Amino acid sequence: MGTLLRNRKFREAVFQAVVISAVAVILVAMVMNTRATLAAQSLTTGYGFLDRSTGWDFSFSVLPYTINDTYAKTILIGILNTLLLGFLGIFFATLIGIIVGLVRTSRNYLFSLLGTVYVEIFRNVPLILQAVFWYSIVSHLPKPRAALSLGDTVFLTGRGVYLPALNISILAVIAALVLAALWLWQLRRLRKRLYNEGAYRSIRLIGSLALLLAIVVICYLARTPDTPLINMPALKGLNFKGGLRFPPELTALVLAIALYGGAYIGEVVRAGLMSVPRGQIEAGFVNGLKSSHIFTRIRLPLAVRAVLPSLTNQYVQLMKATTIGLVVGFSDFFMIISTSINQSGQTLELLSILMGGFLIINLSIAYVMNTINRKIAIKGYEVKG
Amino acid sequence: MHSAPSYSAPPREPLSNRLKSLFFNSPLDALVTLVCLFVFSYLIYSIVDWAFLSSVWRAEDEATCRETDGACWSVIDARHRIIFFGLFPYEEHWRSTVACVVMILTMIASCVSWFWTTVRLGVLWIAGFGLFYILMHGGIFGLSVITPERWGGLALTIFIFAAVSIIGMPLSVLLALGRRSKLPVIARLIGLLIDFVRSLPLLTILFTAAVITPFLLPGWLLGDKLYRVIAGFALFFACYQAENIRAGLQSIPSGQDEAGLTLGLNYWQRVSRIQLPQAFRNSLPAIVNQFVITFKETSIVTIVGFFEILASGAAAYGTGVWTVHYIEVYVFIGLIYFIFVFSLSRYGAHLEKKLRVGHA
Repeated sequence: MGTLLRNRKFREAVFQAVVISAVAVILVAMVMNTRATLAAQSLTTGYGFLDRSTGWDFSFSVLPYTINDTYAKTILIGILNTLLLGFLGIFFATLIGIIVGLVRTSRNYLFSLLGTVYVEIFRNVPLILQAVFWYSIVSHLPKPRAALSLGDTVFLTGRGVYLPALNISILAVIAALVLAALWLWQLRRLRKRLYNEGAYRSIRLIGSLALLLAIVVICYLARTPDTPLINMPALKGLNFKGGLRFPPELTALVLAIALYGGAYIGEVVRAGLMSVPRGQIEAGFVNGLKSSHIFTRIRLPLAVRAVLPSLTNQYVQLMKATTIGLVVGFSDFFMIISTSINQSGQTLELLSILMGGFLIINLSIAYVMNTINRKIAIKGYEVKG
Repeated sequence: MHSAPSYSAPPREPLSNRLKSLFFNSPLDALVTLVCLFVFSYLIYSIVDWAFLSSVWRAEDEATCRETDGACWSVIDARHRIIFFGLFPYEEHWRSTVACVVMILTMIASCVSWFWTTVRLGVLWIAGFGLFYILMHGGIFGLSVITPERWGGLALTIFIFAAVSIIGMPLSVLLALGRRSKLPVIARLIGLLIDFVRSLPLLTILFTAAVITPFLLPGWLLGDKLYRVIAGFALFFACYQAENIRAGLQSIPSGQDEAGLTLGLNYWQRVSRIQLPQAFRNSLPAIVNQFVITFKETSIVTIVGFFEILASGAAAYGTGVWTVHYIEVYVFIGLIYFIFVFSLSRYGAHLEKKLRVGHA
């Protein structure tokens, strides 16, 4: 026995067995305690409640809904709302980030100072404070009758921001996008197979024109009958009718996420641009490239490859940050789940859906970004992420 | 003896040339400079005009706010106590003030490298945090008891941040060591925990701590909701911080640890004398950055129902004549956050520069 105790392998095995049993005991105790609590409150467990209708209303939905919809559909709407918010926020944050990154790497000191001031202000104030700040401003915009208009096409009101929309069903838009994506993908393959630059160019021209024609035909056919192609918002009575309405909650959150994320992404972009070795740029100069070509063909491609891992990280962070929707009353995934918990009492089931949902969303972002990262890597230039 | 040959520094370019190359290199550059000058002067003028020139400062002058385009700081003059102290009893506000000053001094002191040993930092933080708690909670030295439900405003924000740091930091070291443990069970379990927590938004963790733990834990283990939320927050913080420390641990050459082994040091000696000091030095900027993020994230506890500075700000402009002055209140709170977060992040950048000395 004494020798056994002095054997390090044995002691380690015992220690690990003790840890495993302790974790198991704690988990079992938690489950038992939960059961007891649930039984005491006479709550039913299981996911059966997902088929019940909710009976409560919420602020925003990408799909048409009624208060009689089931919990399953309501939660799906919450997920879609979060995805929409995340997509818009990340899209604009990237746009702002690229601009800020370029401004900050400018050789003109004053110009880059402008970028620095922006980054320091928006990065050092909590996102949630920025969200309530923008919400209080957006929701205090004038009433529809006194709307601020930008060239009579975009209207800013306290009820939301109105943009012109297309009178086309969403399916047609998706079809057109898929078609365009397929064509771009085919082009890439052609480029690799056709060594004849002239043939490639003529195919590209003809194909692009055909694609444009196809999209126009699709749009024409899928148009809502007897309406103009563009649906302009117009004041009817006390409110605007037509067009695309961004409710104040969504506008404020997108603004906040775009400005906050833009500051962070701007720093990522700047780091990427600075990481391009000077020699690469000088080689471009020596070969007589124009500075616009040096930027688009040398600096940008190398910078993009350098920043993708940290960009992925930022996107995941921003996606997680969308959970603050509750603070301005935007019915995102978290708010729907928390309302469902209040209304149905199915706390543990709903929490598992929430955690599972976020796990899937974040893993998908990471997967997509990592795939892009692998696909565009240049031999000998792989960045270890 | 030879006198050292005298070298002179290369001649400096005249100021006008340097200015020219900085701001007016090409016609386009000159244009950009001029536009920027215009933008800056416009921004600075508008801000100074709004905040100082045409603003109203005293609470009694609220009526004049409607006649000016400037800021109405009257709202801050009238309601700053609720922003700083929340629902803390009025006569005891001095305690909250002293407590905040003590905690801020503790934070500043821990930025001084003289304190960077486990013992000194530990003593400093336990003393600072203890004093903070005694002042806020009372119950001894003739101070009346004020329970955490009545804490609020900036004091609550600082309390949450300090508590999360003081629990989270030791925990993060344990998690980082655990994940690198040679025992597969420990390494896997802790790796699973860290990855799981890191994949979730902070809000879901806080929500779980506030709402779900009453189901999971027996009643005698449940503390106040505030302490549960702090525990959840500290776990979240520790999982992120553990990854920073782990990165620092991984960058130490394995020869260091092996040298310790050959000298016959045991595991804890090697960890405390060889691994951790170097790991902290390697990842200090990332560690400070995590504190910066955490300070900003304390604002999220407002969603699970605490009266920290953001919520008390909403209360400050929520009543009577002040409802129209939300911008002033948010700018004021934004400024408070900015002062904390900006100085902390500048400190991080300073450390990064300082530590780079001696590295390539």
